[in-house]
Amino acid sequence: MAIADKFRDPILVRAIASKLHENTRPIRIMEVCGTHTMSIGKWGLRKMLPKSIELISGPGCPVCVTPAGYIDALMGLESATVCVFGDLMRVPGANGTLEDARSRGHDIRIVYSPMQALEIAQERETVFAAIGFETTIPGIAHTIKLAKTQGIGTFSVLAALKAIPPALDALLSSENIQVDGFILPGHVCAVLGMEPFRFLPEKYNVGGVITGFEPLEILSAIQQLIDMNDHPAIHNQYARVVSDRGNPHARRMIDAVLQPNDAIWRGLGTIPGSGYTLRDDYASFDASAKFGITITDEAENRGCRCGDVLKGVIKPDQCELFGAVCTPASPIGPCMVSSEGSCAAYYRYELPQTSTKDQRQC
Amino acid sequence: MLDEIIKLSHGSGGNMTRRLIRDVMNNRFQMPSMSDSAVIGGRMVSTIDAHVVKPIFFPGGDIGRLSVTGTVNDLAVAGAIPLSIFIAYIIEEGFPMRELERITESVHQAAQEAGVKILGGDTKVVEHGKADGLYLVTSGIGMLHDGYAPGDRSISEGDSVIVSGNLGDHAIAVINARENLGLQPAPESDCAPLNHLIGIMLETADIRFMRDPTRGGLTTVLNEIADEFQVGFHLFERDIPIRDSVRSASELLGIDPLYLANEGRVVAIVRGDTKTLIDRMRKHPLGTDAQVIGTVTNDAGRVYLETAIGSVRQLPMLESDPLPRIC
Repeated sequence: MAIADKFRDPILVRAIASKLHENTRPIRIMEVCGTHTMSIGKWGLRKMLPKSIELISGPGCPVCVTPAGYIDALMGLESATVCVFGDLMRVPGANGTLEDARSRGHDIRIVYSPMQALEIAQERETVFAAIGFETTIPGIAHTIKLAKTQGIGTFSVLAALKAIPPALDALLSSENIQVDGFILPGHVCAVLGMEPFRFLPEKYNVGGVITGFEPLEILSAIQQLIDMNDHPAIHNQYARVVSDRGNPHARRMIDAVLQPNDAIWRGLGTIPGSGYTLRDDYASFDASAKFGITITDEAENRGCRCGDVLKGVIKPDQCELFGAVCTPASPIGPCMVSSEGSCAAYYRYELPQTSTKDQRQC
Repeated sequence: MLDEIIKLSHGSGGNMTRRLIRDVMNNRFQMPSMSDSAVIGGRMVSTIDAHVVKPIFFPGGDIGRLSVTGTVNDLAVAGAIPLSIFIAYIIEEGFPMRELERITESVHQAAQEAGVKILGGDTKVVEHGKADGLYLVTSGIGMLHDGYAPGDRSISEGDSVIVSGNLGDHAIAVINARENLGLQPAPESDCAPLNHLIGIMLETADIRFMRDPTRGGLTTVLNEIADEFQVGFHLFERDIPIRDSVRSASELLGIDPLYLANEGRVVAIVRGDTKTLIDRMRKHPLGTDAQVIGTVTNDAGRVYLETAIGSVRQLPMLESDPLPRIC
């Protein structure tokens, strides 16, 4: 942690914050990684910026962009043990949450790695809820490959895996979006490298900076985006982790097991080529085929505006449900559920809170 | 409705637990407070605690040691000298006798360490599959320290907040053991009886209030105090003692050590000089990392943290357990 502490040096933070205050040109910067969202909130970075710099959160939280129908599909797998990452537990589907289903007796377990699900599968029929971006996908691909090598037929994955670059492309091509620069997701870039993001300046004239998650890294990425001015480019400021060409080994692992497909993003709809499905060689590990599951792109109801939040069209507190009926205690939309969701981060870090006594009940 | 069954979150120590106790239990029992201990007949303090930790053995302790230290600490933070403990075992059929002996030896040793006597207990065995190995329930009795009357303690602006040592050790040790996270060296629980350290604290300073930050950690305790006493807190992140290993593990898991459970730490609100107190605490093996971490404010119900980079954010009460994040 001694290294991380250097990126939290209060004197340097103040110095760069005061330089940022020299900026007068309005600029809207979007981060597309939940860990950035949380870090901005946790360190109170918004309060350090001048009014001219606006930070908005894009579709960077894998839980948030997972369609409600996916939760319903997992709940339907009652004959199997379902293994999920923790923050999926409280995402509402049509029939409540996975936490509700677990309390009614469905064997749903929180795992920290897909490998744990593979271990469980040695004893029982197990479905791993495979969600995530390029950061988590190589590990999941590796697990599927192992399942095949070891011949564990009781293991399968329900894939809702997503690729970030096509989502940014879809986002920028839609009409009501105003983004002047991207804080690019450090861990996703550790796998992808810089190349897949070159289209941002080339096609849309928008720059991006690959950066880490410490306060100084985020603040200096903002400064770099401002300095690009009318010459947008892709910079890699996170060289301590991200090589310019990414991690070819991890990408080969993805390619060996998975192939691109069209994917449903909660709030954004279906985006061509933005997801991954299992290659034919691994089809027997695909839970959707094994259990006959189809996930549809159903319209969100109940007034939830997670879609607009994910696109950066509105801030979380501009949704009528925010803080009133939609709270971390009883989330309506996924952005409130995951601790790295935009609404949850906003609720937790950006709002003056009432005392616990006054907090709204479920 | 779906909400009308018990979920794991009801046992998290967060707001869901508070509402459960308030609406189902306290509604009927009309308890003087929602805490786990009470003063009886002027000077006697009684408490009760149930233990369901998984795994039963973890680095730094086991369920047996935990059951004694938990109860001793509940008495000690209420200002009492712990005297005796009663213990009930609920054992699942098939549980290895060797492990039961090992755990019972831990109970014995922890009781000796704390200087309390095990006066009695109960044993029940349930069918295989109807319990998760072993549950322990302990109750304890103690007598208030001379001159300490918890009922008429006030807290006011300018009082100091201190903690006796590093936060989050117990929770990270247990998560690492339970989930086979493979952290090396394996973090150890802080699980320990605090009564001797607290005795020294009460002799040395004007202690206004104490609590052991177990479930829900430091933040939950401070939010509860803020609510009960209608005060606020301003904490300084740079002064809060957290081991580098615990900090890294927490960041990896996407959880905040300020919400993690401890089993051998005390949070105290102190009036007046804290220097002598901290000096004396640091001479005790359980207080070597004692720190003043913040002050009491008059911003009722609010707990604020001044981060290491100088910004300020609120530390709200959590609804239930923090969920580990995906990446």
